[in-house]
Parts: sequence; structure tokens; C-alpha cells
Amino acid sequence: MKYPKNGRFGEFGGKYIPETLVPAIEELEENYLKFKNDKKFKKELDYYLKVYAGRPTPLYYAKNLSEKIGGAKIYLKREDLLHGGAHKINNTLGQALLAKKMNKKRIIAETGAGQHGVATAMVCAALGMKAEVYMGYRDTIRQKQNVFRMNMLGCEVHPVKSGSKTLKDAINEAIRDWITNVENTYYLLGSAVGPHPYPVMVRDFQSVIGNEIKSQMKKINNKTPDTVIACVGGGSNAIGTFYPLIDSNSEIIGVEAAGHGLKSKMHSATLSIGSKGVLHGMMTYLLQDKEGQVTETHSISAGLDYPGVGPEHSYYKDAKRVKYHSAKDAEVIDAFLLLTRTEGIIPALESSHAIAEAVKVARKSKKSETIVVTLSGRGDKDIEEVQNYLNKHDKN
Amino acid sequence: MTRIKEKFAELEGEKQKALIAYIMTGFSNENATISTVRGLVKGGVDIIELGFPFSDPLADGPVIQNASTISLKKGTKIAKFFSIVKKIRKETDTPLILMTYTNILYQKGYAKFILEAKKAGIDGFILPDMSIEESKEYLEAAKNKTDTIFLISPNTSNTRIQKISKTSSGFLYLVAVFGTTGVKTGIKKYTLDAIKQVKKQTKGKIPIGIGFGVSTPEDVKKYIKAGADAVIVGSAYLKLIEKTPQNKLESKIASFTKSLKKQTIL
Repeated sequence: MKYPKNGRFGEFGGKYIPETLVPAIEELEENYLKFKNDKKFKKELDYYLKVYAGRPTPLYYAKNLSEKIGGAKIYLKREDLLHGGAHKINNTLGQALLAKKMNKKRIIAETGAGQHGVATAMVCAALGMKAEVYMGYRDTIRQKQNVFRMNMLGCEVHPVKSGSKTLKDAINEAIRDWITNVENTYYLLGSAVGPHPYPVMVRDFQSVIGNEIKSQMKKINNKTPDTVIACVGGGSNAIGTFYPLIDSNSEIIGVEAAGHGLKSKMHSATLSIGSKGVLHGMMTYLLQDKEGQVTETHSISAGLDYPGVGPEHSYYKDAKRVKYHSAKDAEVIDAFLLLTRTEGIIPALESSHAIAEAVKVARKSKKSETIVVTLSGRGDKDIEEVQNYLNKHDKN
Repeated sequence: MTRIKEKFAELEGEKQKALIAYIMTGFSNENATISTVRGLVKGGVDIIELGFPFSDPLADGPVIQNASTISLKKGTKIAKFFSIVKKIRKETDTPLILMTYTNILYQKGYAKFILEAKKAGIDGFILPDMSIEESKEYLEAAKNKTDTIFLISPNTSNTRIQKISKTSSGFLYLVAVFGTTGVKTGIKKYTLDAIKQVKKQTKGKIPIGIGFGVSTPEDVKKYIKAGADAVIVGSAYLKLIEKTPQNKLESKIASFTKSLKKQTIL
């Protein structure tokens, strides 16, 4: 689906928004459509992606890991090597440049693990714009390094103490800010969620990941990978990985956070066991009770701790084009340690979900097959969280 | 004709404007809601908006957010809500509007939810996250049953005002300020301009109610003078409920309501 008509991916997506935001959303869509194919804009974005963010990122053959498992060849798409340490900057650069074209002086954003907040703070510093970031109070504690980073970059961080005090509530609060300051503010949403045109716009800016995978794999063995895997919270690195390969023969797998297990109520596996509903301006799969109250989620990785998911993922799930699996906290920690020790690469806990799935798939695959895993971010931010987990579970 | 439309017609005959009160159902408990409604009716309120709590009320400020959270914690479920509405209906004919978020209706199914609400005594709906673009199924479900009240903002274009006023029934809800509910910013010139503009566009075909940040008799007076057909007071009521002991709730609410209602009589 190139550009969704009426903002709908099948029945998913749409614009369920307070009326005050309608002019802002219309202005955004108009400008996005105007600039997305504008040669000058694309050139400027490509320039920043290359010399500021560090694109293209390598596709690394994880030889030690692959041989240890003894199945398919595992390749890592190294988004963790980008400036800031995660894929978030692909979208942040695109949207910040767009905001600049729209003459917006004030940028607001939400953040879960803090990676999108940091990417926003960096890009705004570089482009001379003022940024404020909403972050769930719980996340400001478990990802406090990222709070310091944002502060140092000159960005104000607002801890959000309502609801579950995580990403969902940070988005609520960012939307409330946008309603209040709609005239001069640009809302730089970090995931492929929210009202149209955000899901499609974020997908387009993140599609650089999948496009590079395609051409890099072509050089390696002249075809698309047999399997591509990415983790899914809101789903921005995943949709950016999947979309360019959606018409290929590749098997595509998204991995959600199963937390303490799918039956535990302590997870964030929206597509695995959620139901359809409306949240944050979109129709999509949600974790909610029978009456439509959104339920609280859990994941060891703050970046996946979200009860909704991008509407295009909901569409691919129902269309059976993408399989959505999940990984438990314990499996994620194992995958984190495994990659760290075999390849000397410390993955983000979010990305470790994808690694855990890759290990499972590789075991069942032939040596001639290829798996590409998007390593969406680096794990430096998670060291303390992992250490706490290991101490608690006596694994040290 | 719904109770809401009848009420506006009746008030027009009496040269009055409408006072609409918003309260969160189940805040701070079921008895408080019943007492508050009694006080509202005693004080002369014209229409009551009953909020049903949602976990993620993104158009609401801190006061209503807090009331939602408390109501949910106290166990306000849909069946409970309808039973409270039925109790209220036994005592008064005051038009009742249900204000909540889209997902609550969507989960049960628009048609099923609206039918049950109508049976309980609900006359109309306000869904702040329901845009006219997404409203087809909702409108079909509500047709000939309940009013569907849509919101307009001071930044809504004239073409859109036209579209929304045709989609809306009962009245049009003009949001007074850029912001969430309950935020006091004083009366802005852009709000007064918006009232004029919306009136010009709608030519009296549908009443215009103004809400968000309206909290005192002075606010009511100024908005009525500017041309509003109704004023909606919400967060101010919730603050009053929060600080008033239950045995004094009915009388306190009644006297506050009287002070507001006085300003709507021309």
C-alpha cells in the first residue's frame, strides 16, 4: 500500500483526533506530500543521513553466532551504529527538516526508552530548533542516562506521572501539549503510530533500512533474504525494514515483547493477543479489557512497552503477510548475552527480542539460508537494567 | 425530537440560554453522582453531561483525568453506568448526554452501545476524539435515536464548520481555548471572534454551546453576552465535588448551579 487512501491500511489507521488538531494534521499532510518527492528536500535529507547520522549502515555477517547455532547465516543490519545509537534518527531527521520547511519553531516529542527523545534533541540542536520531550516517569528512572543526554543537548524533559507512566502516557501528554500549542508547535512522533499521516510518514523515513538491506543482500548473494526479523513496539524499525520487502518472497517476522509470558498480563504483545480498538488517533490492535479500557503493559525494554501498534502492522497481520511472534524477558536476556559474547556487539534490549527470534529460526533453517535481523539500537543504555535482572535472577 | 432539542426550544420561548453541567460518573463514588445530579436539578441546570471514564482521556486536563482514574478505580463499568443513568431518569427529565471516548463505543459496537444507552435514558453523545471523517458507522447507529454532538475549535475553517454543523445534532460544542479541559486562561479575543464566526456560518440552524475553561458566573455572563446559546461547566464542578463532604454535596452543588444559571436568563 503505497500511500493509504483516507489514511487507512485496510480497516486500520484513520484520524481519530480532537477537532483542534485537524488543521495541524491537514497542514502536516499537505507539506509532507509536497516535500516527500521534492528533489531539494530529498537531497538535504540524504546529506544529513550520510554525513550526520552515518548512513548507509553495514550489513554484518554474524559468523560466530551463525556457526554457534549451526543453521542459517545471520546478518545484522547495524542501525545501532547510527549517530545516537538507534534507528530513530532516520525519522527524526526527516521530520525535523520537514518542520523547518513548515517554519515551526517549537518541537515536541514523546519517548519510551529515550532513544527517540535523544535523536530529537540531537537533530534539533544541529538544526537550531527548540525541543521538549515527554517521557513516562517510570522510563525516566530506568533510562536515566538518556534523560541526562537529552538535558545536555539542551532539551527539556517532562516526566509524565499519569496512567502507567510509560510510553503510552508520554504520547497522551505530548498530544495534550500539541492541542494547547497547536499554532507554533510541531509534534515529532517517533513511532509508526498516531493519526494519519504519521504512520505512513514514519514508515517512509524508516524505509531506508529495508531499501539498504535489499541492495546489500543483492550484492552478497544476488537475492532477497529468506527471512527478515525486527522487533515491534510501536513498530517503526520493523515497518522500515519490512515495507521495502513486502512484495518479495522473504518470510517476514515481527517480534513483540512477551514480558513474563503471554498469559501473565505482564507483557506488551499487542498483535499476538490484542483486539481492535481506537487509541492515539488510530484504529489498530490494542491491549485492552472487554470494555475498551487500555491495559497496562510490561516489557524489560522500555521501547517496546506500549499497548498499541502501528496500523500498518495490524493490516499485515490480518493479511497474513507478516508473522508476529514474541520473546519473553528471560529469552531476551539470553539473546542479549549471546550476541554480546559471540560477536562483541551489545544490542539494545528492544533489538534483543529480534535476536532471540533469529536464534529460533536459524536453528530450524538450512546453512544455505539467510536471515537478516535489524539491530535497531545499541545496548549501552540497558547495561544497568540487564545487571539488575541478572542480580535478581542470580545469573551472574 | 430529542429531549435536548426540546430543551433548547423551550428555553428560546423563555428567553433563556442553556446551562450545561459536566460531571464524571462514579466520581468520587456512585452516591456522590446521585447527590450531585439532585443538586444540579435543584439549582436549575438545563442539560447534564455524564462522563464515562476512559483510561486515556487525551482531550482532558488534570482535573478530569484524575476524576477518570478515581472512577475507574472505584469500578465504574458500562453496566454500572447504565444503572446509574436509569436511577437518574426516575428522578428527572433533564436531558442527559454521555461524554466519553470513541473506543468505549467501538468495543461494544456502536449500534449496541447506543441502543442500550438510549434505553437507559441517554439523549446524546459527545466523543472528543471522533472526527467527522471517521463517524459514518457511529452516525448510522445514532440516527433517529440520540443526538450526536460534535466539537468545533477556534481554528476550524469555515468549510469545516459547515460540514460539522450539518453532521452535528442537538447543539455544536465550541471549544473555547486551545488546550485541554479545565485550563483557566481567561476569556480570549479569539474565542469571542470564534463565537461570532460560528454563528455567522450556522445562521441559527443549530445552538452553539461553549466549553473548556468555563468555570465562574462571570465567564458564563461574558460568553452569553458574546452570543453563546449554551455554556458548559465541567472541571469547576469536579473541584467542588472533590472538596465537599457528601452530606453537603447536594446543597453546595445546587447553590453553585443557581449562581451560574442566573447568568443565562436574559
